[in-house]
Amino acid sequence: MDSEATDFFAATFSIEEEDHTLANGLRFFLNKNPHVSFCGYSMPHPSEELVNLRVQTTGQVTAMEAVKAACEDLQQVCGHMRSTLTAAVAAYQQGGQHKAS
Amino acid sequence: MGKDKEKKSKAKLPEHLQQRVDYVTCGDKLNYNVNTFTSASTFTAMGVDNSWDFRNFQDNFKIVINKLDKEVMEFDMIGVDPAIANALRRILIAEVPTMAIEHVFIVNNTSIIQDEVMAHRLGLVPLLVPPHLFDEKVAEEAPSEKNTVVFKLDVTCKRKPDGSLENDKVLSSQLVWLPAGSELPEETTCRFASGQAHLFAEPDAQAPRAVHSDILLAKLRPGQTIQLEAHATKGIGKQHAKWSPVATAWYRLQPEVHILQKISADSEVAQELMATCPGLFAADGENNLRANAARGHELVLEKLRRLMEQERFSSVVAYRKRKDHFIFTIESSGVLPPQELLAQALDILQEKARVLKEKL
Repeated sequence: MDSEATDFFAATFSIEEEDHTLANGLRFFLNKNPHVSFCGYSMPHPSEELVNLRVQTTGQVTAMEAVKAACEDLQQVCGHMRSTLTAAVAAYQQGGQHKAS
Repeated sequence: MGKDKEKKSKAKLPEHLQQRVDYVTCGDKLNYNVNTFTSASTFTAMGVDNSWDFRNFQDNFKIVINKLDKEVMEFDMIGVDPAIANALRRILIAEVPTMAIEHVFIVNNTSIIQDEVMAHRLGLVPLLVPPHLFDEKVAEEAPSEKNTVVFKLDVTCKRKPDGSLENDKVLSSQLVWLPAGSELPEETTCRFASGQAHLFAEPDAQAPRAVHSDILLAKLRPGQTIQLEAHATKGIGKQHAKWSPVATAWYRLQPEVHILQKISADSEVAQELMATCPGLFAADGENNLRANAARGHELVLEKLRRLMEQERFSSVVAYRKRKDHFIFTIESSGVLPPQELLAQALDILQEKARVLKEKL
């Protein structure tokens, strides 16, 4: 992971050892951010473990802050999905026991 | 902030736009409106804020489990973007770790199966070994009790006095776990400082073995022998499919059939629809055409898609799919229960985001 700029409103982040899995998720949350005017990502070569994430902001936040916010959003969503899953599994297993008895 | 929220809930998209946001429309040859509207400012001109709202997500996100057993879980995941659903699918297939046989040391093999083919077959056998008990082995690291599980296979085929054959089939159940580690440490460089038996000492813990005991590994004729040691290590599906914890994991979108205009169930078009798509359409109380839940009528839906070619049908009914409603299926290879796999996939995705944020 390297990026030279920390206070730019437009930046390209080269994320190593990541692929569509993370980049597409981040792109989604970045696009959902009203302070981001453009976000896209590309994989320069399929056999290279690298994605380039381009972020341009409207000027209210830096590109770095925007990506950090997207990471936080993604973490928060995963956390919520995790607890929803646990509850859904518990509900299903309880329902199954009722049916069985 | 509170005022903004209020404003947001009041402003609504016109129906035709909302429908493009929510649904893919299936035509006879291709699907329409397949993209998702992710940009925060897409609908700003209409006073609709499309930016990320976690509260809204919390209110709308649902998981409904339809089927759950040791190997398969089918569930509905509602209120999430394809970016997340696909990330989970990709992680399930390629990034949730399991144990699989990586090195095979062949002592003697007089069977018809070549050494390298045998080694490959062994690699693909799903192993019932809890991956969390072990560390991933780094390439230069020596094999030890922390990163390697050792199995032995020693089978000789004999003809019994009654003429029948013993061990003419080598099955995965004949893999014997060696809790004390390799019996050939000189050759394998695998030396255990302590045994692994204590890891599986709890009463409900199962000793390492193949998930399925009836996988045919080789066939032997009398006098033929296979003697080998198989070393399993931890890995992920990205490296080799043998480490993938799922047979596969996939999703599809929730299908829905909508009636676009009121028509009598006795009309020619309605009659034809009911005849072509049995079970999907019916007459309601006022004898108008009504569409039943499309779920479970998948084969019939493909017939309906063909009918969309003709204007007289496409003006009356629409075949659509909800963009944020995923019917997700996880087929585990049996190493871990599917709900555990999904939980781990979520943790892995969360961890990816956490690590990236930290490194920025």
